[in-house]
Amino acid sequence: MSFISGIAASGGIAIGKAYILNEPDLSFDEKQIDNPDKEIERFRSAIAASKAELEGIRSHASESLGEDKAAIFDAHLLVLSDPELLTPIEEKITKDKVNAEHALQETAGMFITMFEQMDNEYMRERAADIRDVEKRVLSHLLGVRLSSPSMIAEEVIIIAEDLTPSDTAQLNKELVKGFATDIGGRTSHSAIMARSLEIPAVVGTKEATKKIENGDMIIVDGLNGLVHINPTQEATDEYEAIQKKLEIEKQEWAKLKNEKTVTADGHHVELAANIGRPVDLEGVINNGAEGIGLYRTEFLYMDKEKLPSEEEQFEAYKEVLEGMEGKSVVVRTLDIGGDKKLPYLSLPNEMNPFLGFRAIRLCLEEQELFRPQLRALLRASAYGNLKIMFPMIASIDEFRQAKSVLKEEKEKLQKAGHQVSKDIEVGIMIEIPSAAVMADQFAKEADFFSIGTNDLIQYTMAADRMNEQVSYLYQPYNPAILRLIHMVIEAAHAEGKWAGMCGEMAGDETAIPLLLGLGLDEFSMSATSILKARSQISHLNKKDMEALAEKALHMNTAEEVVQAVKEAAKL
Amino acid sequence: MAEKHYTVISESGIHARPATLLVQTASKFDSDIQLEYKGKRVNLKSIMGVMSLGIGKGAEIIISAEGSDAEEALNSLEELLKKEGLA
Repeated sequence: MSFISGIAASGGIAIGKAYILNEPDLSFDEKQIDNPDKEIERFRSAIAASKAELEGIRSHASESLGEDKAAIFDAHLLVLSDPELLTPIEEKITKDKVNAEHALQETAGMFITMFEQMDNEYMRERAADIRDVEKRVLSHLLGVRLSSPSMIAEEVIIIAEDLTPSDTAQLNKELVKGFATDIGGRTSHSAIMARSLEIPAVVGTKEATKKIENGDMIIVDGLNGLVHINPTQEATDEYEAIQKKLEIEKQEWAKLKNEKTVTADGHHVELAANIGRPVDLEGVINNGAEGIGLYRTEFLYMDKEKLPSEEEQFEAYKEVLEGMEGKSVVVRTLDIGGDKKLPYLSLPNEMNPFLGFRAIRLCLEEQELFRPQLRALLRASAYGNLKIMFPMIASIDEFRQAKSVLKEEKEKLQKAGHQVSKDIEVGIMIEIPSAAVMADQFAKEADFFSIGTNDLIQYTMAADRMNEQVSYLYQPYNPAILRLIHMVIEAAHAEGKWAGMCGEMAGDETAIPLLLGLGLDEFSMSATSILKARSQISHLNKKDMEALAEKALHMNTAEEVVQAVKEAAKL
Repeated sequence: MAEKHYTVISESGIHARPATLLVQTASKFDSDIQLEYKGKRVNLKSIMGVMSLGIGKGAEIIISAEGSDAEEALNSLEELLKKEGLA
């Protein structure tokens, strides 16, 4: 037995026989032909056959994936009747007397290059659609069968170099238990499809198609990004046990998807999701999040080679707001600088990046960076329930400045006739101890707080969490941290405001009982942790957790706190 | 030859879905139908042509048609632009 590792793209365990989806051999010779009319005839019948095949895929996709995802094949079908593609191909066949394969590849290649060079990412991706169509027509010209997932007739695990949109659209969930690919990342098309179909998948293994042969027994461990090849009986038994446990938990949790999050004694809290990109929405909705507690806008900036335009940002924010259908969406303004760099923005190297020129400090100084983001947010606010959060606030003064820039942009937009929501809550991320200590004053001017524990802990303990020698000081359960969290929540409540948390701690099963006892209103975590947390909270009593938290605040060490939680919350 | 001028008002401009609809509609007619943006003209029956223009919000576009059913084609396209909130 052996295993290979890749990127965990879609959770769960799949066990089954390997089915290798071969990249078909579509190579051909460039040939001179004698009878162009006959060649054009051959070309037209390949187009007709491709169209018929696509119609079939389209109707299958509309049943298994929904009309929305099937729409991509309408575009493919239109490419097959596009006169700007077909006419030059036929002209080339007539004039240059070349075979149809060659004329097709040349002409399609021109369009692919053109789309690849566009500066809009969406358009660049369209090049893949044209390639997909080109391959289909070539296969009919050459009489090569594209090995297709629709041909599968038994339960299998698909192994492929990559899966194209038409491959994934044809996956039969009943038969395809999981898949592993050589290339791709967490946000590649195949990974997104795997998550929406809820099929375990590992992508980017680099060598799955080389190491695995048809019929090999395979375990796809979508939790840890591992693919086991011909595993031992013990390993298979172990994985089957995990699979069974996951299945039971999943059924248990799935019941909670559309439920509110309520403790055993009837206290309601909000469970929200942290996201980085609009594509994350799918997971947010599938896991029954009650809102988005942290939308990290940095990814919009980091995914590009240049600053995203106001328009691009607007589109992303609008997509998220509309997708959440009126549920709360907390957007954190740009948190860049320090250790998070942008290739196109030159920032000074610093001795202490975590204590340096970053986030709101940078934004208030470089307002040409800050203002377009605020405008995009304000314009998007008309499409949902937007809340704006400023990161790294250390002093009231910074918060006032940020708010006044926001107000200026809002007035400008309104004057220009843009629609801007009237009730956008504006809050701060509490991650610097000074803000936690002054929370009672901040609460008078902020609409909400969200506690960012990752930074709050490292600033409070003065310990770089990346430095292994001091990582023992990264103690979420240290009473010092609990006291700060307690102060922040109390301060918010005294002014009738809400307090949330968007750090790792909010989804941690040991922290949840304490946070519940301290009175936290909103817990924001990765989407996949939500149902588990909802299940845990439903078994806890708020009253008991209050008593636990009260005791914990007066303990001396993190170990004592963890011990007390384990007893009180039965972990 | 008949032509009409529009300003694109939809936030995402003429993206994949609207482009698909425009091309599907245009293809129903015999007339030669052209779409012009920033001095570049493409065949409105060509999905790749339409998408290659990268038409965004605020774009001034011209749709022109020539042929037996030119008038009818322009009316159908206008109806679609309005219905989809494109222009």
